[in-house]
Amino acid sequence: MTQPPRPREVGQSRPRIDGRDKVTGAARYVDDLNVPGMWHGATVRSPHPAARIDSIDFSRARQADPEVAAITAADLPGPNVVKLIAEDWPILAAEEVHHVGEAVAIVVAPTRERARAAADRVDVTYTEVPGALTLDDALRGDPRVGGQVNVLASSNIDWGDVDQGLADADHIVEGEYETGWQEHIYIEPQGMIAIPQDDGSVEIVGSMQCPYYVQHALAHALSLEPDMVRVRHVATGGGFGGKEDFPDMLGAHAALLARKIKRPVKIVYDRHEDIVATTKRHPSRVRIRTGVAADGRLLAQDIEVVLDGGAYITLSPVVLSRAVIHAAGPYACPNVRIQGRVLATNTVPNGAFRGFGAPQSQFAAERQMDRIGRRLGIDPYTIRERNAYRVGDTTPTGQVLKESVSAIECLQEAETRTRFRERWQQFENARANAPDDGRPVRGLGLSLVWHGSGFTGNGEQRMNSPVTIRLNEAGAVEVRVAATEFGQGTTMVLQQMVADAVGVTAADIVVVNPDTVEVPDSGPTVASRTVMVVGGILVRAGKGLADQLMQFAKSDAASPIDCGPETNELELKAGQLLDESGAVLGSFSDIAAAYVASYGTLDITERFEAMPGIEFDEETYRGAAYSAYGWACDIIELEVDPDTLAVSLTDATLVYDVGKAIHPAMCRGQVEGGTLQALGYGFMEEIKLKDGAYMNDRLATYIIPTIRDTPDMDTVLIENPTPSGAFGAKGVGEIPMDGGAPAVLSAIENATGIVAAGIPATPERLFSDRMAGRVVSNDRAGSAKPAEGGPA
Amino acid sequence: MTGKGGISFSLNGKAVKVDLDPMSRLLDVVREHCELPGSKEGCGEGECGACAVLLDDEPVCSCLVPLIQVRGRTVRTIEDLETGGVLDPIQEAFVEAGGVQCGACTPGILITLRALLDRNPAPNRTEVREALGGNLCRCTGYEGILRSVEALLPGGDES
Repeated sequence: MTQPPRPREVGQSRPRIDGRDKVTGAARYVDDLNVPGMWHGATVRSPHPAARIDSIDFSRARQADPEVAAITAADLPGPNVVKLIAEDWPILAAEEVHHVGEAVAIVVAPTRERARAAADRVDVTYTEVPGALTLDDALRGDPRVGGQVNVLASSNIDWGDVDQGLADADHIVEGEYETGWQEHIYIEPQGMIAIPQDDGSVEIVGSMQCPYYVQHALAHALSLEPDMVRVRHVATGGGFGGKEDFPDMLGAHAALLARKIKRPVKIVYDRHEDIVATTKRHPSRVRIRTGVAADGRLLAQDIEVVLDGGAYITLSPVVLSRAVIHAAGPYACPNVRIQGRVLATNTVPNGAFRGFGAPQSQFAAERQMDRIGRRLGIDPYTIRERNAYRVGDTTPTGQVLKESVSAIECLQEAETRTRFRERWQQFENARANAPDDGRPVRGLGLSLVWHGSGFTGNGEQRMNSPVTIRLNEAGAVEVRVAATEFGQGTTMVLQQMVADAVGVTAADIVVVNPDTVEVPDSGPTVASRTVMVVGGILVRAGKGLADQLMQFAKSDAASPIDCGPETNELELKAGQLLDESGAVLGSFSDIAAAYVASYGTLDITERFEAMPGIEFDEETYRGAAYSAYGWACDIIELEVDPDTLAVSLTDATLVYDVGKAIHPAMCRGQVEGGTLQALGYGFMEEIKLKDGAYMNDRLATYIIPTIRDTPDMDTVLIENPTPSGAFGAKGVGEIPMDGGAPAVLSAIENATGIVAAGIPATPERLFSDRMAGRVVSNDRAGSAKPAEGGPA
Repeated sequence: MTGKGGISFSLNGKAVKVDLDPMSRLLDVVREHCELPGSKEGCGEGECGACAVLLDDEPVCSCLVPLIQVRGRTVRTIEDLETGGVLDPIQEAFVEAGGVQCGACTPGILITLRALLDRNPAPNRTEVREALGGNLCRCTGYEGILRSVEALLPGGDES
């Protein structure tokens, strides 16, 4: 009897495990939970970007509501710091505030309304002091550090001889590029519940990406042993990086209040507070000087990256590191210098956001490629095709790309589907001859990007993350990792990968909800690392479990299987044990039950192991920055109203090399959702500052794309596997954030001739670009000044 | 204003009487008082549609509707789409075709689509876009949502 061929779980798009609960309204998010005796917290925030706190007076709040309790920096039981990379981010501002929206005090009351009313009645007096309110101020010198430039982090790459490369070039092309803030707008705002326990420990339940980050930060802040802080993940309504860092702060606030009043405390932000107080994507300024040969080959790139870090360090050093490593784009160049700095300003700290620095630096790299193409009379496709990485090329960190390099394949597939070159040229000709009749003008734009999967450099080796697979009492296989589900499909892909690794069906696998009491610290759910890195370790553990059970089946006296002494090769497949001939010897469930009856449950724990030859020197920035890279080409087609400069996107062609699509439908979901977030970043999503405060601090003023702003998407997944990842998979979570914005601006340029150098390219900004002469140099539009320089 | 004994309306097919401040937000009434937390608060100002419910079969943002306004009327929330353990076809399609990721916008989007499909069982992309113009989703890029609706249509792709 032979086993009927059954498709493996990996590569199939099964219905989501959590789908039914989410479509029926049964899924419970943090704000849907009520704990008996629970009170509600609210936060008193600074209205000033830079000020000394003179006094905090609760008398009005207590008079109005005597039950209200409150905490200030003076009441903290441990160090006043949310511990991330550095120890500079206070839980509550003590003597000074450094940004608008900084927490000064927290209050708690029996209901949310009473807590918020109490926070409004806390009287804080301040003396304003000078601050660095903008990146321009920061570049001139920050008053906080005696008028010096206040550098929160710096990273440099120096490869080859840039000065010689520039001297040898036929053309020198210079550009300066700007990106603004971006807010995550996960649809579920941040929220946490803290439940104090009788033994002095505390349980945290909430919306988050990284339970162990919260545990570490709270243990530090509360001066408790880590195991006295239990952190439990519940259904989380989106993250995008925004629930990587900030939940540490919110968890600390809830825990402090809960321990003070000895009751459970919930804090859920409304949208306005969420925008005002939580981390954003770092704004950037990037300057590039490129030396190019007459045939379009890049000879030297000299790049300066400046990020606005906001008031505290949070995750800025690692955001900068990724920005710098990706800053030269996916292009071979023998001489590259990249100098990166993060400067402090008196604004909300900028932190983790999908892409983590790479969208900013690659926006600049891609706009620079278009600029180089224009200068040399080469179209956007061809200039990229000429310079894109091939197998065997070396990156600016000295990493030789040995396999899984798909830049050219992505470009060619996108060209085949869109006839980009021919149609781009038609739109160029149409623009040159356009009658001024007010009719919409069309354009096509292209971008090519790369994105390293997993932590930068030696991050994975350092974390040395454990994962556990358990054969439980019921004979089922449990996946125990800290990887969280916040929409992207983690639970589903972990189930599929482990099912194939063990040789059972997805239905045999239980993914345990991340809870620090139940799962080991397999690392944060960030950096496109879950499938490739955590999945890779799990596959090893799954194979280990299968081997142990097969050994038991073959040779243990308690085995339910009689396979004879001469049987050597056994295989578990789709829940059946097979011999070499493919004959079924028994079922996984019988073997597992017999094993558990004899020996009890079985845990297999494995840790990260680097691929041989994958090493990185963090001092010199030399070596393999990432063990694998994803590649993507985005082509955007759009229409622009020539009078209002309003942009309407019509079509997007998205070609992505993901290594292996574990669940193709969810993989597409990552590409399409990330792309729309990137398109919004490119032409809609804007935060302006006034006196250090965000002017766009609610959904009525911070505009994200609706379904009416969205192009039809043609998504293509290319599978060029990497040996570093589970089943060949590379990360897909972040790369869709990299190419959307430059592709939109490239298309706007094709349609209108406006060489927009900054995002978001709102109609107002495009208008001022045109008025400032930032237009294609042979166009009649605007003042017809050659567009060789960047923005003024 | 309220009349003695509260405000009566039909909620998911049942007559209810609620004795609360008549200016209470319908969202809070259904989530907290009626213990139906499927409808979500995404912004509290009618921009995101996560709190959408059907009021006499028309989608409305329940964060903007005061309780007094639903007196004598019919309210349907996401909890009413599934009947006797059987999913509405649009719910089924969302699970199958990538219409749902994080799930926070999903209740509002599904209830809005139910209203669309009731008056137009075979909407084209433009009609779906018009109907969902008031519902924000940050995960899917809306393409998975459009695909889910298309999977329902005659000749729709089931995969």
